[in-house]
Amino acid sequence: MNDMTFVERTVDTRQTKIAAKNVQVYYGETHAIKDVNVEIEDKTVTAFIGPSGCGKSTFLRCLNRMNDTIDICRVQGDILLDGEDIYDKRVDPVQLRAKVGMVFQKPNPFPKSIYDNVAYGPRIHGLAKNKAELDEIVEKSLRRGAIWDEVKDRLDAPGTGLSGGQQQRLCIARAVATEPEVLLMDEPCSALDPIATAQVEELIDDLRQRYSVVIVTHSMQQAARVSQKTAFFHLGNLVEFGETGQIFTNPEDPRTESYITGRIG
Amino acid sequence: MPTLWLVIALLALSALGFVLGRQRAMQSAGGDTRALHSLPIYYGLNVGLTALLPALAVLLVWLFAQPMFIENQISDMIPAELIPENSTRDLVMSDVRRVAAGLDLAVEQGALTETAAANLRAELTDVRARLGEIGVALGSDVRPEVLDAAQEYRKMTATGNTVMTIVVALLALGGLAVSYARTHKDYRARNVVEQGVLALLILAASLAILTTVGIVLSMLFETMNFFSLHQWVDFFFGTTWAPNFRGDSELSILPLLWGTLYISFIALLVAVPVGLFAAIYLSEYASNTTRSIAKPLLEILAGIPTIVYGLFALLTVGPLLAGMFAKGGLLGVEWMAGATSVLTAGVVMGIMLIPFVSSLSDDIINAVPQTMRDGSLGLGATRSETVRQVVLPAALPGIVGAVLLAASRAIGETMIVVMGAGAIAKFSLNPLESMTTITTRIVSQLTGDTDFASPETLVAFALGLTLFVLTLGLNVLALYIVRKYREQYE
Repeated sequence: MNDMTFVERTVDTRQTKIAAKNVQVYYGETHAIKDVNVEIEDKTVTAFIGPSGCGKSTFLRCLNRMNDTIDICRVQGDILLDGEDIYDKRVDPVQLRAKVGMVFQKPNPFPKSIYDNVAYGPRIHGLAKNKAELDEIVEKSLRRGAIWDEVKDRLDAPGTGLSGGQQQRLCIARAVATEPEVLLMDEPCSALDPIATAQVEELIDDLRQRYSVVIVTHSMQQAARVSQKTAFFHLGNLVEFGETGQIFTNPEDPRTESYITGRIG
Repeated sequence: MPTLWLVIALLALSALGFVLGRQRAMQSAGGDTRALHSLPIYYGLNVGLTALLPALAVLLVWLFAQPMFIENQISDMIPAELIPENSTRDLVMSDVRRVAAGLDLAVEQGALTETAAANLRAELTDVRARLGEIGVALGSDVRPEVLDAAQEYRKMTATGNTVMTIVVALLALGGLAVSYARTHKDYRARNVVEQGVLALLILAASLAILTTVGIVLSMLFETMNFFSLHQWVDFFFGTTWAPNFRGDSELSILPLLWGTLYISFIALLVAVPVGLFAAIYLSEYASNTTRSIAKPLLEILAGIPTIVYGLFALLTVGPLLAGMFAKGGLLGVEWMAGATSVLTAGVVMGIMLIPFVSSLSDDIINAVPQTMRDGSLGLGATRSETVRQVVLPAALPGIVGAVLLAASRAIGETMIVVMGAGAIAKFSLNPLESMTTITTRIVSQLTGDTDFASPETLVAFALGLTLFVLTLGLNVLALYIVRKYREQYE
């Protein structure tokens, strides 16, 4: 398969953006994440792969404390963002989520205009002093979301009227509008057709210039195409974490090998 | 009662048909259910229902149609000169019915033989006294024509009943025979029963709709009577509501409409914010435990009879408001004359409407997809920002629909207004004054000893029809909005 070839990418010395140490997550009685240690680097795309129910989405949602909205969910262990524990009492989860943005599995534009969708975050966080600055932020974000050319003439049209792929790029533009440092993506292409997927993947590669991107995906080809680092989760454990090329060509753990060759999952 | 026996016989026949049909189907398949097209129970049901339903339907229609038909026939028998001054044919007919019922009773009790009752002559017997003996009191002496008519009435009823019994029995037996003959292992009994079920469901649905049509029509005819007696211009555009029985009443809907809308407005002013905030708390903030306790508690409010709310208005809220705004009250002002006022009724009605608004809004807010909330929270918005900027705008059409439904409830509410708002029809902006509404006027125009043909009474129907049109319009608008909103996420 052509998709499975790897391009050697220039790798500079990157610093750790997020460090997770001994993270445990419980849903009520269920032990969903068991003792996960992982270091996510800045300006890198990190892919989480693994069979359904292995905890990769749960772990992703720990990184911006989205699990706080679920009553029965408990998180133990340390997750450090730039050396600061995000589960510390002094950390405001609302501020944290502005720094660690998120794109969801299903495109979820608000039932507002395209402009208002993108301006939502900047307005809440007071990022623009006036209308001109807000216009600028919206345009910049839509350009980064690689959707500006398609929507620049109809910014007042409702965001829900776009096609699925456009909606997802709009959601990415909306997420980058708050200038996050980390962008979490929970299966961002699972609801999209192959063309839209290709566009979003290209966009993810672009986003790497500025952000640390963490992407959960079911498609191993996608993980291989867009990521530099890959983490393989299985039954709540982090089985293997390393360079993407390494994981796909020469996995250390037999479970990883079984999964990527399609024997488990 | 022969009709009851007839129904019981039909049911028995149907049960027999069920057993026979089942047996025949099993026989035709040689006792092997797998050889049958349908399960054995369907063959039984097919025979049983074919015997029962057409017969039952004819019976029902007959029971309705026969008295009407007979009345028409008898009514023609009574000569016009027999109808006294100031009376109507209807009154004479009710005499006829009463004599006929009296004769029936006499025969039943053994005071008269069947032949004696049929041959009774008004010239020879004092029918009034004879019937009085068995407890049937008649208002006046029975005239020969009335007695003749009553006897004819009894005769026709008896014949009609016999014919009805025969026809129904034939239909039942015929249905049984035809469907029994058809029962065979290849017969598609299951499909036939399915169609029977469909017919039953359609019947139920159309009954509900036809009843609505019937209500509207009955209101419409009385309203037309009213407008033939009273100027429609005065009704719709007059400014005074002053009914009297001297014949020069001013009957205008506008002061009543004003009272209705004013009270409803205050009720919504109370119910919408409280209900909506309660719904937001329940759906967005409350934990599952709190929600499972609080929601049923809130919905208990909806189960309280409105008369109890009326008492609450009369005994608690009214005096409380009077204690503040009336003469000698806490505020030292004299804005309120008594305990009844627009505000009293409005506030209590608002409390009554809280569960309507909160329950409907809660459902609608819950229908907003979780991904919307996640999207907003994921951008670093707080919960209240998410509610205000994403959830509520998405749910707004539905919430408007809920408010309109609550409004139509408020407009049609009666008991709270009767007890809390007073009875004075007037235009005033002061919410501390007594006012009255359309519904309470309907009650007061129709209760008591009134002549049913005067405009003062008939106006109730015109008021009722206007109210109906008003609430119907609001409901249609609300349903339209709610439906439009649903399309957004499906």
